[in-house]
Amino acid sequence: MNIMENMGVVLALLGAVIAALAAGIGSSIGVGMTGEAAAGVVTEDPSKFSKVLVLQLLPGTQGIYGLLIGFITLTQIGIMGGSSDISLVKGILYFVACLPMAFVGYKSAIRQARASVASISLVAKRPDQFGKAMIFPAMVETYAILALLISILSIFGINSLAV
Amino acid sequence: MADNQYLYEVARIRTKELSLLSADFFEQLLSAPDYETCIRLLKEKGWEGGQDDWEEMLARERRKTWELMEELLGDTSVFNVFLYANDYSNLKAAVKSCRHRTELSNIYIEQGTVPADTIRKALSENRFEELPEAMQAPAREAQKVLLQTGDGQLCDILIDRAALEAIYKAGKDSGDPFLMLYAELTVACADIKTAVRACRTGKDRGFLMRALASCDSLDKDRLADAAAEGEEAVAKYLDTTEYHEGAAVMKESLSAFERWCDNLLIRRIRPQLYNAFGLGPLAAYVLARESEIKSVRIVLSGKKNQLPEQSIRERVRETYV
Repeated sequence: MNIMENMGVVLALLGAVIAALAAGIGSSIGVGMTGEAAAGVVTEDPSKFSKVLVLQLLPGTQGIYGLLIGFITLTQIGIMGGSSDISLVKGILYFVACLPMAFVGYKSAIRQARASVASISLVAKRPDQFGKAMIFPAMVETYAILALLISILSIFGINSLAV
Repeated sequence: MADNQYLYEVARIRTKELSLLSADFFEQLLSAPDYETCIRLLKEKGWEGGQDDWEEMLARERRKTWELMEELLGDTSVFNVFLYANDYSNLKAAVKSCRHRTELSNIYIEQGTVPADTIRKALSENRFEELPEAMQAPAREAQKVLLQTGDGQLCDILIDRAALEAIYKAGKDSGDPFLMLYAELTVACADIKTAVRACRTGKDRGFLMRALASCDSLDKDRLADAAAEGEEAVAKYLDTTEYHEGAAVMKESLSAFERWCDNLLIRRIRPQLYNAFGLGPLAAYVLARESEIKSVRIVLSGKKNQLPEQSIRERVRETYV
């Protein structure tokens, strides 16, 4: 098997892996950070467990989005079944299509974690303001969703291109 | 990424801040009819003891703070900057105990970077090498001065200056902006107080240069020159610094100025209430606890001595929360 002849699928797979990898790393760092803060609050007041758990999980979504992009890419390029005969141009396009989720997923997970940690502090002091505390980190989610959207639209669009 | 952000520690401190004494609670204490009512109110807040001896209750509260810090940080050496004042206060007590050949246990402060007993033994047995390096020279000099001249005030200023220098160095060396701010404010406020006291007692410039410690926000030479001229000159010089508000307060009384200094520190650390990361919120909590302990001492001693409410109120410090 000549690698140059199959460079298209190699690049497409690389894109899928990077999307899952970067977003996953970002989320694991984020959930770890929020977990530390949540544990601090629960140490002092176990009754706040359910509230801080929700805030802890918020930066975990980017990892799921990265997994979704990876999975869709794998199905599109035939790794999960079907033909894996992908041209070099298509391979490059798949690779590029995965990048928004990879970069935005990584960075937004960490920034969202910081917002979540601050919100956990807010809930520690004013548990009645949990709803408002949720909104601040949730705003960061918007940009992860936008990146997810653009990656999905690109991946589905590439298939119909005659390149 | 999560290293040195103190996420767990800050989250715990956020919850602990809920039990700090608020301004409203101090209002309750101030309007309490007597000492016993104050003790009852404090007991409701979890402050135990104090029925006969409030110092024992305050010492217990201070111990609780440091036990919490030890639990959170393991190694509390990062907060040594807060403890140097206690070390040098113990040194002062030990030097004077040796001079007068008296042994009083209750003159030593429990929390310090060096056990009070080590300081006491080192001084009584003339084994200065058992003290930390920075403390050896001032301890030797203070003991010599006291033995040769009997001048307790000179002994005090030598140790006080050494304490300020130790605090300033620890703040600078920490590299932490919060600890640097604390060190700067501590040294600057102490210098201003020394300068004003020196004015009032007619001390010369030589004395001032010996007593004042250097810091960034004050020019030691200009402060000493001003203090040698008089209080007006000190106020005029302070008007050119960031402590200009203090100059007006200083005209009221020195105790009002001390209160202003403590309040300034509390105001400058208050932004840490909204900081979710780093050492700042922990350090601010330690200072907030120290400040509330100081205020409780003022209220309890005032109530015990049946001082008028207004006179106690004037001395109570601003609260952190």
